[in-house]
Amino acid sequence: MEIAKLTDITRIYKVGEVETRALNGVDLSIGEGEFTTLVGPSGSGKTTLLQLIGCLDMPTSGKVFINNEEATSMNRDQRADLRKGTIGFIFQFFALIPTLTAYENVELPMLLMGKKNHKSRVMKLLDAVGLANRAEHRPDQMSGGQQQRVAVARALSVDPLLILADEPTANLDTQNGEQIMEIMKKLNEETNTTFVFATHDPRVIKYAKRIVTLEDGKIVKDKNIA
Amino acid sequence: MNYILKMSLRNLARNKRRSVLSAIAIAIGTALLLMMAATIRGEMRGALDININLRTGHLQVHTEDYKDENMSLKRVDMIEAPLAMSGQIEGITQVKAASPRLNASGILAYKNETIGIQVIGIDPPSTTNAPYRDGLVAGEFLTADDREGVLIGLPLAESLNLSPGDSIDLIINTSEGQTDEQRFTIRGVYTTDTPGYDKVTIFMPLEKTQTITRTENYASMIYILLHEMDDTAAVKEAINAPGYIVEDWEEINKLFVLVMELSNAMMFFFNLMVLGVTATVIMNTLLMAVYERTREMGILGALGMKAKQVKALFLTEATLLAIGGVLIGLAIGIPLVLYYAQVGFYFGDMGISANSGIMIGNSIYPYPTLGDVFSISAAAILITILSGYYPASQAAKLEPVDALHSNN
Ligand SMILES: Nc1ncnc2c1ncn2[C@@H]1O[C@H](COP(=O)(O)OP(=O)(O)OP(=O)(O)O)[C@@H](O)[C@H]1O
Ligand SMILES: [Mg+2]
Repeated sequence: MEIAKLTDITRIYKVGEVETRALNGVDLSIGEGEFTTLVGPSGSGKTTLLQLIGCLDMPTSGKVFINNEEATSMNRDQRADLRKGTIGFIFQFFALIPTLTAYENVELPMLLMGKKNHKSRVMKLLDAVGLANRAEHRPDQMSGGQQQRVAVARALSVDPLLILADEPTANLDTQNGEQIMEIMKKLNEETNTTFVFATHDPRVIKYAKRIVTLEDGKIVKDKNIA
Repeated sequence: MNYILKMSLRNLARNKRRSVLSAIAIAIGTALLLMMAATIRGEMRGALDININLRTGHLQVHTEDYKDENMSLKRVDMIEAPLAMSGQIEGITQVKAASPRLNASGILAYKNETIGIQVIGIDPPSTTNAPYRDGLVAGEFLTADDREGVLIGLPLAESLNLSPGDSIDLIINTSEGQTDEQRFTIRGVYTTDTPGYDKVTIFMPLEKTQTITRTENYASMIYILLHEMDDTAAVKEAINAPGYIVEDWEEINKLFVLVMELSNAMMFFFNLMVLGVTATVIMNTLLMAVYERTREMGILGALGMKAKQVKALFLTEATLLAIGGVLIGLAIGIPLVLYYAQVGFYFGDMGISANSGIMIGNSIYPYPTLGDVFSISAAAILITILSGYYPASQAAKLEPVDALHSNN
């Protein structure tokens, strides 16, 4: 089954007079259960593509389908609704809400979806990322690796079909990076959750089952690894 | 607890000093407005009370053409056989006291000084004279058959260095358009704490005033005080005075009522100004918060928070600031107002003369009302929430992707 489909995507950034063609005619299809990395030199359009798949951004031209629904014809709030139960994000910086505890950060997407009785699920997720004993800690009371693991738990909290991660290991040391990747790989295998990473990190790439290479806003290589 | 409320509370706790300062701005605004409203209300009530008790009464009976300002002594402008009529009016149950008064103008001469004064002929035993009888600071009150005694006010006595037993010359206008001069003895000195009135008002027994002004058996008006102000209309109906008119305090104090309305309008603009300043502080605080938390808004957006929820987050912060600020403001303002309502502000003589139709006492006693407390609190909360509206919509307008690119 196809979770995300992008057809003939162009994304042009305009800053003053300067136009940057970050993506230039990209077609991409992500199937259920994939564990895919987007690679390519800096500025090749990885982050831009990830944001478009996640419906955080809109293409200049082309269409984005999530679960066969056309996101490119939706308004902002409709896209927020579409994202909520479907797509989880993990950012390069540890994007936790600083005023909320680890527990509350993981709980937040569920609250936004109006879900009730989530206590055991939150604790199970924190346990899965090895942080059950840090539930009451605020982000500034945790290490970078721990924060990123909370972010993983948060991305998973609403059982999304698709998790998008932009350089999730870039700010982590080798050990923490490996740990995060192991957690995600395990989830992928156990729950069939789909993962798409944008990364330069060989530690991430070595886990990938499919590697999509971008250059100058174009997909130049798309390789499945058996 | 609702997560929006929880996040708002934590956001406020994040920059405690800024939140506290904003709440204090609201508190000061609220306390200031409360004090102002109570003071103006107190001043107006005080002045109205003074006017009614010293000058106009709750009701007056006089001729159609009689005007307090010109103190006409023509018989056609006066009331005949006033004591009979006042006795009859006193028979009405809601009436506390009714008594004739004869107003005349004149000049006081003492040594080399001459001062314009007004003489009020009163029926000494009447309880309408309570303010002067109770306000006696030296000497004795008048008796009905006194032919040579007068009562003068404290400021006049002080400025001329007069005390009971001293003699003064009064030159008084008569109904024939002439003047009569006679030497009088000061029996007593009174104060009503209304300098503008006390400076120029001299009391004389009614009969003597009638003789000297050649208006025997006449008075300028019947001056009526009621037990309850609310009975004014009913008593006005009940008074039977053919050939004369009955006016209530509102009609007699037209100018005063106008001033009162004017001051209410001014109060409104004053409120607007104070609340405007408060609103600016709040808007600034929240705008800063929006800029500081731009990236966080992006994260929340990525997690699926909708524009209206982001807006609700900031508006809740504004509401919490408002409620906190107003509560602090009330905690400071109410005791302060209650204290001054007891002790009053002393102003002294504000130089407003009794003839202007408005008299102000030498102290203002703030008069707080529950209505003012509620309306000022509501206005402060409303204005604060409204001023949070612009920052909140700025935050809600952010595209998640732009917010994520922000460095904040
Ligand atoms: N908000 C923006 N405004 C203007 N130009 C942008 C914006 N975001 C990205 N770009 C430009 O678009 C191009 C692609 O950027 P993108 O962030 O997608 O690259 P990337 O592959 O993620 O790079 P990196 O590996 O460094 O993260 C770059 O040339 C970048 O300068
Ligand atoms: Mg990038």
